[in-house]
Amino acid sequence: MKLSDTVWGALLLALALAVLWNVQSFPRIPGQNIGPAAFPGLLAVLLGGCAIALIVRGVRHSARHGAQHVTLGQWLGSLHHVGNFLLTIAVLAFYIVAANTLGFIVCAVLILCALFLKLGVKVALAIPIAFVTAFVIHLIFYKMLRVTLPWGVLPVLY
Amino acid sequence: MDAYLQALRLVFDPYVLTVILCSAVYGLIVGCIPGLTATMATALLVPVTFFMPPVPAVATIVTATAMAIFSGDIPGALLRIPGTPASAAYTDEAYAMTLKGQAGLALGAGLWFSAVGGLFGTIVMIFMAPSLAEIALNFSSFEYFWLVLLGLAGAVFIGSASILKACISLLLGLLIACIGLENPGGHPRFTFGVDELLSGVNLIPMMVGMFAVSEILRYMVNLEPPAKIADTQVGSIFKGMWTLTVKYRWSLLRGSALGTVIGIQPGSGADMASWMSYAMSKRFSKEPEKFGTGHVEGIIESGAANNSSLAGAWIPALVFGIPGDSITAIAIGVLYIKGLNPGPTIFVNNPQSVYAIFLVFVIANLIMLPLGWLTIKAAKNVLRVPRKILMPIILTFCIVGSFAINNSLFGVGLILFFGVLAFVLEENGFPTAPAILGVVLGTMLEENFITSMIKSDGDVSRFFTRPIAGGLAIATIVILFWPVGAWLVQRLRPVRSP
Repeated sequence: MKLSDTVWGALLLALALAVLWNVQSFPRIPGQNIGPAAFPGLLAVLLGGCAIALIVRGVRHSARHGAQHVTLGQWLGSLHHVGNFLLTIAVLAFYIVAANTLGFIVCAVLILCALFLKLGVKVALAIPIAFVTAFVIHLIFYKMLRVTLPWGVLPVLY
Repeated sequence: MDAYLQALRLVFDPYVLTVILCSAVYGLIVGCIPGLTATMATALLVPVTFFMPPVPAVATIVTATAMAIFSGDIPGALLRIPGTPASAAYTDEAYAMTLKGQAGLALGAGLWFSAVGGLFGTIVMIFMAPSLAEIALNFSSFEYFWLVLLGLAGAVFIGSASILKACISLLLGLLIACIGLENPGGHPRFTFGVDELLSGVNLIPMMVGMFAVSEILRYMVNLEPPAKIADTQVGSIFKGMWTLTVKYRWSLLRGSALGTVIGIQPGSGADMASWMSYAMSKRFSKEPEKFGTGHVEGIIESGAANNSSLAGAWIPALVFGIPGDSITAIAIGVLYIKGLNPGPTIFVNNPQSVYAIFLVFVIANLIMLPLGWLTIKAAKNVLRVPRKILMPIILTFCIVGSFAINNSLFGVGLILFFGVLAFVLEENGFPTAPAILGVVLGTMLEENFITSMIKSDGDVSRFFTRPIAGGLAIATIVILFWPVGAWLVQRLRPVRSP
C-alpha cells in the first residue's frame, strides 16, 4: 500500500508535534540549561522540517499529476496473498501469547506447519520438517547456547 | 629478541593451537546465527577461559570474535539476515549480489577482505600501539560528537533514491534511540509505561525485524515469487580476489585504516566502522550509482573495516586498559583475571604475552581463510532449499534469536513491530538502513552532544575551536551539505523543455 508524499508528510508532522508536546513534560537537570528534552526536541524540529518539505513535494506532485493519496498494492487484490501476510503476523503474535504456556517446541511445530501448508508444501513433507527443525533449533539454543527456551506442556527432556 | 622467541613458543604449542581451532569453529557458528553477536560469543567464552593459562584464554576471545564478525556476512548475503550488527551496513548490497547470481563473489570478498583488514589492523597494532593510543586519549566529547555525526552524515548516502526520505528514516532511528532511561537526566522517555522499554529498544531484534521479517513479509505477498533465492551456483570463492585487491587497493586501504581508527576510539566498534566505511566507499567511489544494486566495492571496504576495528580496539585496551569496544571491555576482565594487567607496564613486565597476543591475531586472520571457505561451502546449500520451506524456518530462527537477547518475549514483539514498519516504509520508498544506523549511534550522539553543551555552558563555538574537532566539523559539514546543496541546486534549476 503506497501513501502519497502529502499523506506521509502529514503523518510525520503529527509525530513530530506529538514528540515536541511530550518532551515539554520532561524534567530539567538542576542548574543546567539543557536536559533530557533537548535532544528529542531537536530531532522533532528537524523531523517536522523534513515532513513539511515532503508535504510541499507531494502537493507539487499532485498539482502536476493529479492527486492520488492512496495506491493499493497489487497483492491486496489477491486473497491468497493477503492471507499469507496476515498469517505471518498472526504466527508471531501467537508465539508471544502462547510460548510460555505451550512451550517453544509445540509453538514452533504449529507455526512451521501453518506456514508450510499455507505456502503449499505437501503435508507428508511439512510435518516431519516442522518437527525436525523445531527440535534442532531447540537443541542448539537450549543446550549449546543456554537460552532458556520454555518447555511449556512438554516434560523437560534434556 | 628473547621475548619474541618466548612468544613463538607460547603460541605454537599444540594445546594453544587446538584452542584457537576450536574457538574459530565456535566463532564461525555463533556469527552465522542471527541474533547472536560477537560480543555475546565473547561473553559466553569467559567461563571457559577460567580454566586456561593466559595466552590461550586471550586467544579464544581474539579468534572467536574475528570469525564471528566475518561469518555474520554469510546469512546477510544468502538470506538478508545479518548475523551480527557489524554486517548490517552492506547486507542489502551482498543480498543484491546473491540475487544476481554472484553469491560466491559477495561471500568470497567478505572473507578475503575481512582477513586482509584484520591483518592490517594487527600490523598497525604491532607497530604503533602506544603512540596511537596516546592520540585517541586526546579525543573529548566535542571530537566524538563530530565523529558520530560524520558517521550519520554517511547514512544519507547509503543506497537511497531520495535524500529527503533517507533523512526522515535516519531521524526516526534517532528518535527510537531516545526511548528509555539512558539519557542525561535519567528520565524515562517515550516508554508508554512499558517496563521493557526502560532499557531502550534493543538493536538486535530491531535489526532482525527490519531486515529478515520484512523480507519474509515481502516474499509472502510476492505475486510471482521465484522458487529459490538464486538459481546459479556459488562459484569459486577465491577466484578473482587478487584482481579485486589490486583494483580496489585504495578502498581496501581506506577501509582498513578507518576501521582501525574507529576501533581505537573507546565506545565505538565494528558496527560503526562498517557503516562509516560503507558510506565513505560510496562517497569516494568512481561508480557511486552502482551502490545498492549488488556492487562489490562497498563490501570490500566495510568488510575490511569491521575486521580491522577488532584489532584497533585492542590498542587502548592493552596500552591503557581502556576498552575500545564492548568485546575488549570483556577481554580486559579476562586479562586481569589472568594477571596480565593491561597498562603501559604490560609491555615491560610481560612482553612475551603481548607479542603472543599479536601472533594470535595474525594466526586467527590466516586460518579464517580455509575455515571461512569451508563454512561458505556448507552454508551455500541453503540456496538450494525451496523458499517456501526456507522462509518459515528463517522466521523460527528470528523468533529464537530475538528471544535470546534478554530471554524475553518482548524481543519477539519488537521483531513483529519493526518487521511490519520496515515493510511499510520500504513499500513507500523510505530506506531502512539509515533508521538502523540512527539506533546504532543515537545514544552516543546525544551523550556527547549534551556533555559538550554542559562543558561549554551552552557555548556552541567550542564545537569548532578545538583543533581536531574543528577539522572533523569541516569534514562533516562538507559531507552533510554536499548532497543537500546538490539537491537544492537541482530543485531550483528551472526545468528546460526539450
